[in-house]
Amino acid sequence: MIFLRLFIEFFKTGLFSIGGGLATIPFLSAMGEKWGWFDEATLGNMIAVGESTPGPIGVNMATYVGYTVGMGEYGIWGAILGGFIATLALVLPSVIIILIIARILKAFKENKLVERSFYSIRPAVTGMIATAAVAMIKSAVFTKGGNNILKMIDLKALILFSVLLIATNVKPIKKLHPIFFILIAGAIGAIFKMGAI
Amino acid sequence: MKVLWDLFATFFRIGAFTFGGGYAMLSLIQREVVDNKKWATDEEVLDYYAVAQCTPGVIAVNTATFVGYKQKGVLGAIAATFGVVLPSLIIITAIASALVHFMDYPIVQDIFGGIRVAVAVLIVNAVITMGKKAVKDVLCVIIAAVSFAVSLIFPDLSPVFVVLAAAIIGLGTMKIGGAKQ
Repeated sequence: MIFLRLFIEFFKTGLFSIGGGLATIPFLSAMGEKWGWFDEATLGNMIAVGESTPGPIGVNMATYVGYTVGMGEYGIWGAILGGFIATLALVLPSVIIILIIARILKAFKENKLVERSFYSIRPAVTGMIATAAVAMIKSAVFTKGGNNILKMIDLKALILFSVLLIATNVKPIKKLHPIFFILIAGAIGAIFKMGAI
Repeated sequence: MKVLWDLFATFFRIGAFTFGGGYAMLSLIQREVVDNKKWATDEEVLDYYAVAQCTPGVIAVNTATFVGYKQKGVLGAIAATFGVVLPSLIIITAIASALVHFMDYPIVQDIFGGIRVAVAVLIVNAVITMGKKAVKDVLCVIIAAVSFAVSLIFPDLSPVFVVLAAAIIGLGTMKIGGAKQ
């Protein structure tokens, strides 16, 4: 049952993704890998849409993944139901946890064990997002197939990647909203025909 | 009932008008919840945020749950949470159903070919930002490196195990640090 599986996967994601929206990406990546629901390129598209539309990124991603999975199985109504179920499942664990913590807010905040757990979980999440970054670079900058790694590099994509990486880390420009870079990259992609990776 | 509707409507606005979630939402939440509605003080909102960051789940959702609970108990929490989530559900469903029809056009493929490069850059930057905040000492470096390697080598391993293992390592090394002092 695809909807039950969706629910379980996103419940797990909601329960263990600590540190906000982007922390869900390793979970989504593993989900795609495990069930074959989508590939890295599709995940990249979903992240782009999730970042450039209103609302929390994590929720946007859950809706989008649920939609995609439901669509593949049952068409448009399956898609709408899938989006709803994935979002509900993502949100449910944190609602339950916050309802518990809301009563003991102070004690929780000052608890040494809690503090220490998050001290070591955060670098782990960072490491896993780094893996997601590698996968995303692979899907955006390298062509599929072939055995010569140098020949697999898409030069246009590599140049765009380098320029954007520098631009997003230079003082006045880096303050701009991510949507701005996404729009520019989309325009450049259209002009230089970057779809044929 | 009026308060429940108010909670729902306020957080619906917050969900509909903030891009990017997380910190991008903080200023809007402060304006709506603290200045307009006086549901919480600035300090309380920052407290919610701090806890929301170190509990699982989406930060904006956690904050909505907190504020809703404080105003009207469990029902208030549900109203606020549903409000903050609903705009995403509607907007993403609309965009996704439009994209399904356009995705095969070469021009759309080209646009997303470029956009994926930007997404890769954004994620690299997120790693840098998070790394600066999260990696505080040698143990953190080791945890980050091992998590990176493990998730790279075993792509279908659930991140749940990595998170749990990291928590155990953190708690396990806690006493050693205490004994030294």
